[in-house]
Amino acid sequence: MMREIVRRLLATIPVMGVVAIAVFALLHVTPGDPAVIIAGDYATSDDIARVRTKLGLDKPFVTQVGIWLGGIVRGDLGASIYSGLPVTTLIKQRAEATISLTLLAMLISIFVGVPVGVLAAWRRGSWIDRGVMVFAVSGFSMPTFWLGFVLVYVFAISAHWLPVQGFQPVERGLWPFLRHLILPAITLSVVYMALIARMTRASMLGVLSEDYVRTAFAKGLSPRRVLLRHALKNASLPVVTIIGIGFALLIGGAVVTESVFALPGLGRLTVDAIVRRDYPVIQGVILIVSGVYVGINLVVDVLYVVLDPRIKY
Amino acid sequence: MAASIRALGAEVPATSATALSAGDRFRRFARRNPTLVLGGVVMALIAITGILAPAWWTGDPLAMRPVERLQPPSPTHWFGSDNFGRDVYSRTLYGTRVSLVVGASVALASLIVGTALGLVIGFYRRIDTVMMRVMDGLMAIPAILLALALMALMKGSVRNVIIALIIPEIPRVIRVVRASVLSLREHTMVEGARALGARTPRILLRYILPALTAPLIVQATYICASAILFEAYLSFLGAGTPPHIPSWGNIMAEGKAYVQLAFWIILFPGVFLALTVLAINLIGDGLRDLLDVR
Repeated sequence: MMREIVRRLLATIPVMGVVAIAVFALLHVTPGDPAVIIAGDYATSDDIARVRTKLGLDKPFVTQVGIWLGGIVRGDLGASIYSGLPVTTLIKQRAEATISLTLLAMLISIFVGVPVGVLAAWRRGSWIDRGVMVFAVSGFSMPTFWLGFVLVYVFAISAHWLPVQGFQPVERGLWPFLRHLILPAITLSVVYMALIARMTRASMLGVLSEDYVRTAFAKGLSPRRVLLRHALKNASLPVVTIIGIGFALLIGGAVVTESVFALPGLGRLTVDAIVRRDYPVIQGVILIVSGVYVGINLVVDVLYVVLDPRIKY
Repeated sequence: MAASIRALGAEVPATSATALSAGDRFRRFARRNPTLVLGGVVMALIAITGILAPAWWTGDPLAMRPVERLQPPSPTHWFGSDNFGRDVYSRTLYGTRVSLVVGASVALASLIVGTALGLVIGFYRRIDTVMMRVMDGLMAIPAILLALALMALMKGSVRNVIIALIIPEIPRVIRVVRASVLSLREHTMVEGARALGARTPRILLRYILPALTAPLIVQATYICASAILFEAYLSFLGAGTPPHIPSWGNIMAEGKAYVQLAFWIILFPGVFLALTVLAINLIGDGLRDLLDVR
């Protein structure tokens, strides 16, 4: 088993290599001179020249790629053009809000999505099942930021139960932290929850018609025990996969959700960087986020081996 | 004799089936494919709304009337007015056009490019391994971030939004096409065609492409739905459709500062956006069941 895990780990290296080169190449595949674009509309030729030397755009392309990859290996992602601070520092400052938001949203999605999917599959064709399917399709089609505004309007502006926006670090107490985070997390979780519920239902439907499930019911086990121990455990592989793949949705949604709720996270950092054409910051965030995505899917692959010892790569 | 009678008997229901009126046939189709028909009807209404936007008692979506700013929904402004006194109803209806153009163009273009590349990559084993590693890498970059980064380097225009949304979709189409090509490559019909002397391009276009039509149509609907959502996200974040063209995303972006005062600026375009995406996803689910994909 250890060997499989190491093999999976090594397989992520070429993927991350492609990500790193693609993120770098972005700057060069778009039409126009990157130095002119980054310097902005009102730049003088001096400004453009300064940007060009600062980003090393005057060097040959292969040298630039080498410098970029070398920096990544040493943990150096360059410096922001706007503030001059190292990109890694900026990312560290903003990581807490984003990690809190996505983790909470992920927990809500899994703890609601999976049971709801199991219930729908168990009571197939009933009104519960129909309700879950309607939720799954409409939740998946929901524009995240619009849902955020609707929730803010109902729970914060009309009812005054929760703050409209902002973020409180967890050091200042768990309650203020959660109070500020609950609406954004619910907003962000809906799409992901819909995806998980739908996948759980589909996977459970396949398993519930198996002989061993009928046997388990026949020998008088409680439905709860049969559903969770016998059925869900065997239906869990596709659900775990979708949790990993769907993480990309969560990150995309986080960018928009942070903007709605004014959370000081990586999404806001990116959007601000785009307005300022602060390209090193944009590249750094994309690289880190893609790295996290690859890492999560690596964990999913490892979980596969743990959940189902028959799987060999 | 008995056989011919049975044959006659078999013909009777057949003729009565053709005698069914168009309305009856549609009703039967709708009963069997409720999601497809529901999605199709809603989508048709939205498309008509967008194409005939000037006909639905709309005014100039860009006309500013500072006296009438931030007015709640009323008989003169059905969806209220925004911070420049522009009519939200007119802007929302005109915004339909941007969304539909972006959704359709992104779906069509990424499908064409992705299919062409997927056919070639899937068929030649030598480039397959390398290209799939590259695709894995590209797909590890969250689509919205990739599109945002591309928009940062391009001027805000509908055409550039379409380009920025096509690029993240292409590897996903390639993957679907490639998976089907890999299984079809070993099919007996391909072996037969080879034995008859057919060359690779002919096999790809005449034997493999037709078998891909159904999954690709379903894929196209999902791409269309997500492209419409992403256009709204980009415009909402200020990196999409330029402000002088009303689109659902940038109407809501401008309403962002007035959530507490004028919630209607955000409410109505959002309802249209959610309904459109839902309708397209329903069409996708319906087509998947009808065409029996996967």
